[in-house]
Amino acid sequence: MNARSLPFLSALFSLALAITLLSQTAPASSLTLLSKEGRRPLPIAMVNDQEFVGLDDLAAAFQLAVHEESLGAITVSYKGKTIVLTPDQTLASVSGRLISLPAPPARSGRRWLVPLEFVSRALAPIYDVRLDLRKPSHLLVVGDVRVPRVTVRYDPLGAAGRLTIDATPRAASTVSQDGEHITVKFDADALDVANPPLPPQGGQSLVQAVRVVDATTLGIDLGPKFAGFKAAAQPVDTTTRLVIDVVAAQTETTPAPPPTPPPDLPGAPAPVELPPALNPPAFSIRTITVDPGHGGDDEGVKGAAGAKEKDLTLSVARRLKTAIEGRLGIRVLLTRDDDRNVPIDERTAIANNNKADLFISVHVNGSMRRSASGAAIYCAAFDEAADGAAPSGGAERLPTFGGGLRDIELVPWDLAQTRHIDQSTAFAAILEQHLRGHVPIADTPVDRAPLRVLESPNMPAVLVELGYLTNAEQEKLITGDTFQNAFVQAVYDAVVRFRDTLVAAGGTP
Amino acid sequence: MTPRRALAIVAVALFAAVFIWAFRSAPRWRSTRAVAAPSPTAPAPPGRKIKARLFYVGESGTKLTGIERDVAYAENAAEQAREIVAAQVGPVAEPLVSAVPAGTTLRALFITDKGEAFVDLSRDVAAAHPGGTVNELLTVYTIVNAVTANLPAVTTVQLLVDGKEVDTLAGHVDLRRPLAKNLTYVQ
Repeated sequence: MNARSLPFLSALFSLALAITLLSQTAPASSLTLLSKEGRRPLPIAMVNDQEFVGLDDLAAAFQLAVHEESLGAITVSYKGKTIVLTPDQTLASVSGRLISLPAPPARSGRRWLVPLEFVSRALAPIYDVRLDLRKPSHLLVVGDVRVPRVTVRYDPLGAAGRLTIDATPRAASTVSQDGEHITVKFDADALDVANPPLPPQGGQSLVQAVRVVDATTLGIDLGPKFAGFKAAAQPVDTTTRLVIDVVAAQTETTPAPPPTPPPDLPGAPAPVELPPALNPPAFSIRTITVDPGHGGDDEGVKGAAGAKEKDLTLSVARRLKTAIEGRLGIRVLLTRDDDRNVPIDERTAIANNNKADLFISVHVNGSMRRSASGAAIYCAAFDEAADGAAPSGGAERLPTFGGGLRDIELVPWDLAQTRHIDQSTAFAAILEQHLRGHVPIADTPVDRAPLRVLESPNMPAVLVELGYLTNAEQEKLITGDTFQNAFVQAVYDAVVRFRDTLVAAGGTP
Repeated sequence: MTPRRALAIVAVALFAAVFIWAFRSAPRWRSTRAVAAPSPTAPAPPGRKIKARLFYVGESGTKLTGIERDVAYAENAAEQAREIVAAQVGPVAEPLVSAVPAGTTLRALFITDKGEAFVDLSRDVAAAHPGGTVNELLTVYTIVNAVTANLPAVTTVQLLVDGKEVDTLAGHVDLRRPLAKNLTYVQ
């Protein structure tokens, strides 16, 4: 980033990046601008449950010229490029192109407020320095500052436990032990991380809590039974996944924990290789994510006799989990295991973050005509004509954990499925064959459609419809155990055959 | 006529000319506010009609079927698109069945220079939607195809609900990006 392009920051904030720890200091009601020169809060105002920021604050921060035109339009200019906003309109013109905002500009006294998305959708396209708005963490990264998003998860595993720390985009880290603490220092300028990254676990947990130590360091507080750990990092798409396996001291009743190597020397870099348990043969299916559609206040389709789509999808998903885990030993993750509404991106994130090898979304169909019936399978469709402007990703040269550089292919979240569509179609064809023998099938049993939940899975993915709840006969059929068990058997058989196909081909999904 | 009076008339005429010129040469998108303004009773030349292909749920319940219907003629593409969509989302009589939930109305419609239509529908299109993947696909492509099949200048349609972007209508079809004509959902 060219520092001269942002004189406001260098003038006001010459503090070192050591103070750039975000979550500790940024109040929830402000948007934190973060650049190489330091950080600066911009107040956030709430209007109709939407987050807004003052146009005058943005103008001061980014050297924008703001004018109210006599016809009511507001023009925002930067280096000869212009954004035109209109009160009461969510559409705005950015250098002649129309963009849409989630809410129109709002007036507050003499000031104009704009939704936070104004920054990413209107300002970023005309600004000459990269602007990266991270709305959930109220962060605006200005220019080439390395601020990976860091998430921490802890899974107790009997006498052992596993910490999974994901850094996106990739960031190398150094793991060291200091008495009752493990520290993880990231090669970054700051971290975008919740505080605390992991709440206190309490009790006898091997990992008691994870704290933010400084701008780029996390501290792991260890429990009294801690005996040792092994750390390993590996790239997963644009994320660096650091897995720290911790083990307890042997006790009279404790079975031997799985990976129990001696702890690494303090200060030694984490080994690059994964423990064997994390690196099974790559050509089998290890994890399947099953997504029961809808849930909570989103009931989906409702049948005339009262059946609800959200209940049927959960029932079938649970049966699938029992059958596949119990008989195949493949881990099955459900995106929900109770009656709640899970956002679509969260459903696909569960699959992507757990490196699932197959994603199956379960739904029940509905039609305005009561005659429609039969099971159907959908694969993703990407509208080429409409998506002409969509980013297709690209290669970026990034440092690797062990040193050196490597070309990494960046995949936009919304297009992750594009690279798996052939495998998805292959699984859909297999599934169709097996469903045919078990349950009634729709006239067009396999189709492609721009379905939101199928766009982001970074693995083969299908959406399968049990049948039509708007058809009285089908409603009676689908709600029965016989149908649900037959359906689950068909999916089970299809998974087995798909796995065998992959093994025979010797490739990954 | 006194010279002073003549001067005043010339001045008024000049002012009017400048005003008209300034209004007409304003950036084009700004004038879309006028296009967007609802004009429910606005077929310009009274009585003149065009034949438009509108879409309804076919007998199978899983595809659309195209029906030719008379729609009021309009002077420009945006107005014509408004007439077509208003007719498409309006009430229908048996035996036609609409994939657009009853009560849905057109709030606004813009067409950009690049042929992208922004169709803003009332919240009923999502709030009153009965759900189901097929239902939702047919609702979305009823609107997308009604605009693109009748107006060749429009290549894509971005659906908005109650003036805002939405992810989906009922949890299935991705509406975050504009959609192109798709006749595979038509019998």
